[in-house]
Amino acid sequence: MKILVCIKQVPDMESKFTLQERWYDTHDLAWRLNEYDEYAIEQAVAIKEQLGDSDLTVLSIGPARVKEAMKKALAMGCDRGLHIEDNEVEQRDPQQIAALIAAHARDNHYDLIFCGMQSQDRASAQVGVITAEKLGFPCVTTIVDFHLQDGSITVKRELEGGLKARVSLSPPALFTCQLGLNTPRYPTLPNIMKAKKKEMITVPAAEISQEAAVQETMDIYFPEKKGGGLILEGDAGELADRLLRILKEQTTVMG
Amino acid sequence: MKTLLIAEYRAGKLLESYTELVGFAQALNAESAMFVVGSTGVLPHFNGTCYVASAETCGEYNPTVHKRLVLEVIEKEQPDVIVFHHSSYGWDLAPRLAAALGVAQISEVMDLQESLPVVPVCNAKLRRTVRPSTKRYIVTLQPGAFNGSESDTTPEIVAMEDGDGSGTIVFEGYEQPEKTAVDLSRAEIIVSAGRGIGKQENVQMVAELAERLGGEYGASRPVVDALWVEHSRQVGTTGQSVTPKLYIACGISGAIQHLAGMKKSEFVVAVNTDRDAPIGEVADVLVVSDLKQFVPALLERLS
Repeated sequence: MKILVCIKQVPDMESKFTLQERWYDTHDLAWRLNEYDEYAIEQAVAIKEQLGDSDLTVLSIGPARVKEAMKKALAMGCDRGLHIEDNEVEQRDPQQIAALIAAHARDNHYDLIFCGMQSQDRASAQVGVITAEKLGFPCVTTIVDFHLQDGSITVKRELEGGLKARVSLSPPALFTCQLGLNTPRYPTLPNIMKAKKKEMITVPAAEISQEAAVQETMDIYFPEKKGGGLILEGDAGELADRLLRILKEQTTVMG
Repeated sequence: MKTLLIAEYRAGKLLESYTELVGFAQALNAESAMFVVGSTGVLPHFNGTCYVASAETCGEYNPTVHKRLVLEVIEKEQPDVIVFHHSSYGWDLAPRLAAALGVAQISEVMDLQESLPVVPVCNAKLRRTVRPSTKRYIVTLQPGAFNGSESDTTPEIVAMEDGDGSGTIVFEGYEQPEKTAVDLSRAEIIVSAGRGIGKQENVQMVAELAERLGGEYGASRPVVDALWVEHSRQVGTTGQSVTPKLYIACGISGAIQHLAGMKKSEFVVAVNTDRDAPIGEVADVLVVSDLKQFVPALLERLS
């Protein structure tokens, strides 16, 4: 089987963000592999291991720094990387990102495509589904369980309140992966070394697709802090004393 | 302006979330029509036209058929905005329409600023105002962001022919959550552990604090996904919704899915090293501290 996994590099969510006119400043941030995508990679690698004769490509879009996230995917077990270079990736909307992935996938005849269900930064939850629609692939979102047997796939979708929906389909297909789908492996040192020798191709985004944007960010800002919340800072022991005093005064549950 | 509101129906029930779609349409001052794959036996309280396709023949989860039906209604109603809930149904179906129509979809709208959608960025630490460049566009609404609204009137029903109900995706059935061993909804005090606890051993101190206070301990999703705490203790959209008198969130950043499950708590204390963590928005007291130092200090004083 030919398998594709699409990943995104996102800022560490605990970063101190500074804002520019229409986006946050991307300099001086620590970058991470989007959390949802770790599950997508793990699922793709697990299927490759299950089937044996398979080929697994990891794709990411962005400036050169995104290759760091791709190296992690290679160390987890992907065979090769396709880096679609785009230095203004944060201005692209989901339709444009999906157009890039679909244009690549169309020529490469994948059987299975895995994406995270959303990114931690933009969280649109659109790219995977739109990619599938462009390719004419069936697509199941928010999967928390995946089984492939004798060419047939059974997955579970996570719904609200702990309810799950069991769904079956056949390849080719695209899946968007929810947290908890599996237990993503840690890359081992030998695999990190091996990953350095794996193929990594960089292609400029403009050569793949030039689809126009259908939405734009007008403004970005910090939410207003809602009044009332008290912020305590200081030594842990002192903080514990102050908190206990507050709880005795302001709640009914502290005897 | 005209909106098309996409209501949801699951396991034989119309989901209440449709009232928030109506609330959103009112915030836009728009007239609206509604669509649901459900049953004419359970109708929304809605003043307008409601297109109803039968869930029995179309299937509750059959994206290909649902997409085709919504496209049919769009053709008739010519709405400017198509409105979904940002739910497992909405985020699954909405992008299929965005792709089919080639229009903008703006996900998880939480507010309107001069009629432009506002959405969260970076785990809700930031907000973004977005302008669609297509005349028609799609939104999915953050659960609870818009006030519910309903009328006493029964809608005018347009029953839809579903045609071919088959699809490439076969819905096999629902799986109910395991009966929860722990009923957090009755606890007066809940102490919850989040990603900030760092490792499994630290669950112990959170559980101990809960016990010392006479409450129960809970956890946010990452801790449950890591299998450090069982799922029946998960607080949030996909776990339990709780309303204790005191909720202490230890190392929980405050993703919207977690906040949705605990923000109605009477008194909220958050312990977090990050002053800007979104949990601060719902906290009565934010203790800026490493829980690995703070919780033991608190335990010492409670012994």
